[in-house]
Amino acid sequence: MSAESRLDILTRINRARAREAQPFVRVPVRPSTRPHGDVVEQFAEYAAEYRANVVRVDAGGLPGAIRDALAARGSERVVIPPDLPTAWLPAHLPVTGDQPGTTDLTAFQAVVTGCAAAVAESGTVVLDHGPGQGRRALTLVPDHHVCVVWEAQVVDGVPEAVARLAESVRAGRPLTWISGPSATSDIELSRVEGVHGPRALDILIVGD
Amino acid sequence: MSAGGIVPQRTFQEAARATLANAQMRRNLQHATTTIREKRLRAVAELPDWEDLRIQGAAIKDHVMANLGDYLLDLEAAVKARGGHVHWARDALEAREIVAGIASSHGAREVIKVKSITTDEIELNGGLAERGIHAIETDLAELIVQLSEDLPSHILVPAIHRNRAEIRDLFRRKLGAELLTDEPKQLAEAARLYLREKFLTTKVAVSGANFAVAETGTICVVESEGNGRMCVTLPEVLVSVMGIEKVLPTWQDMAVYLQLLPRSSTAERMNPYTSFWSGVTPGDGPQEFHLILLDNGRTDVLADEVGRQTLRCIRCSACLNVCPVYERAGGHAYGSVYPGPIGAILTPQLLHLENKNANTLPWASSLCGACYDACPVKINIPEVLLYLRGKITEDRPLSAEDTLFKTAAWVMSEPHRFEGAIKLARTGQGPLVKQGAIHALPGMLGGWTDTRDLPAFPPQTFREWWRGRPAPAMRGTEGNAQASEGQPLAPQREERSI
Ligand code: SF4
Repeated sequence: MSAESRLDILTRINRARAREAQPFVRVPVRPSTRPHGDVVEQFAEYAAEYRANVVRVDAGGLPGAIRDALAARGSERVVIPPDLPTAWLPAHLPVTGDQPGTTDLTAFQAVVTGCAAAVAESGTVVLDHGPGQGRRALTLVPDHHVCVVWEAQVVDGVPEAVARLAESVRAGRPLTWISGPSATSDIELSRVEGVHGPRALDILIVGD
Repeated sequence: MSAGGIVPQRTFQEAARATLANAQMRRNLQHATTTIREKRLRAVAELPDWEDLRIQGAAIKDHVMANLGDYLLDLEAAVKARGGHVHWARDALEAREIVAGIASSHGAREVIKVKSITTDEIELNGGLAERGIHAIETDLAELIVQLSEDLPSHILVPAIHRNRAEIRDLFRRKLGAELLTDEPKQLAEAARLYLREKFLTTKVAVSGANFAVAETGTICVVESEGNGRMCVTLPEVLVSVMGIEKVLPTWQDMAVYLQLLPRSSTAERMNPYTSFWSGVTPGDGPQEFHLILLDNGRTDVLADEVGRQTLRCIRCSACLNVCPVYERAGGHAYGSVYPGPIGAILTPQLLHLENKNANTLPWASSLCGACYDACPVKINIPEVLLYLRGKITEDRPLSAEDTLFKTAAWVMSEPHRFEGAIKLARTGQGPLVKQGAIHALPGMLGGWTDTRDLPAFPPQTFREWWRGRPAPAMRGTEGNAQASEGQPLAPQREERSI
């Protein structure tokens, strides 16, 4: 049945003769002209407007910042991607490395991950679920997500982020774009955070 | 019950008469559209190249339409190369059967769903129910609509016509939730608890698709609550239903729409969650993926040179929020899952201009042009509306209305003819006037008063009054003197609804 439908639809498309009036030209990605410091600053500001809690630290301060972020929300049961760099984590922090297929994610309150890129113009962090980011469910089921963003990962606009992620997409990796915690405005348009995804999002921006 | 479908049960004019009587819905709707409208203008103003983006957004889509067959074949090949399955569905029935077949092959009695207007279009929930499969909506608003056995009234905020007290009562009744108040936070929490168990235990999920990239076989779902992420990640089997017009050529093209869509729809810089996946990823997410490519009238729209631009639509709902007719009549009046200006042109076309109720939709417009200005992909909705009106009426003989207008033009072109006619009308209207207005004209003229009241002819015309008036009094009497001394006049009380 499907083969017949396929042929039918393709034939109908062919008969529609929707030819192009003029040749199609793609506009190239507009390059960012701002100093990178301003770009990072805007990312911090816009992510915070989405009610993510944004903290800026230098590399040495990262373990402390992770400890504080977890403590501030009372998150004690913490899961991490198995390949999260151990240097990021505070000493003696009890964490569990995720093992897809065996780990029960509902048993954890928080997750700590890195990201693939961040976008200033939209206040977004992007996970390509590569190194240090884990499978998709990892940053979805626990209620609290602590996400580490390195300043060098922040780009100005969406087109630059898309360009930067092209390789991941071509490799067949899934992507998750996150702009603030889960939210709904379905009830009388008043915003409620945390319907299904993590209700709390901490973004730690690390200076290089 | 299933949410909607696209075949209106009544004409727009009949349906609008019913919805206009619902003051609560009108108030909610007006609040919503005004709020989003203002926010949207701010979000759009932030991007210096917004107009260029709109032009690109339109151009890419036109390019896709010109090469649709090629891009669909590319998409099919790319999805298969990544371990996915691709199905083609000519109409709603075929699409429903494919979904039901997949669910049944896994023995599923329940499937979870991400909000998807395309699955509403094919009346998937009803179709599955006939096969004994229950579809659970996981978007909060869709859940509200589903539990109340109602229909969505807005593309983006389907339960916009329900207030918090109604929702609380509904959750108490249907979810057995013990709710102390009607705080939106508590209501959302009740839904979270109910749905979390479903996400973690249901085997098959169904989603729509906002975009699909032909080059890489990448599917995109844009959402806010995280229910979308849950559905496309946690179940073992994922089925995505998409209209054939949703394909984009390259990954790079996503950049254009990821800027246009959130700012136009929720007026945000970016929606909270956007998920992309290509086929299946070992060890991550569903290990079985099906993509259903749906025609259901779209190739007919494609074949029409003027109507074709309708297929650029990215379902952002910006045109709804600026439309004065939608704001008052509400989404239900359009009788289709596609309401507002886009619905007025899409629904009749999907039904090949053969449905007499849907064929009234192109008249559901004041032709003010606000929808065209707002549309991120520059669909000239007024142009298509007029074009469809022409097509729908072209075979019809001269109507009573046409004759009336021709006569009126002749009468009004000469003052003596006009005055004579008025005198005649004043005498003739007697039996038709009720409470100062004419609600129904007799015979063929009835078409005019079907949708509007006609004010009765006054006992005296302006010209008659002017001729007989006393000499005008001079200005500067007491009331005006007060104003000129600089005391403010009492402000005019604003008419507002609470
Ligand atoms: S017609 Fe344009 S404005 Fe309306 S929903 Fe579609 S894309 Fe948005």
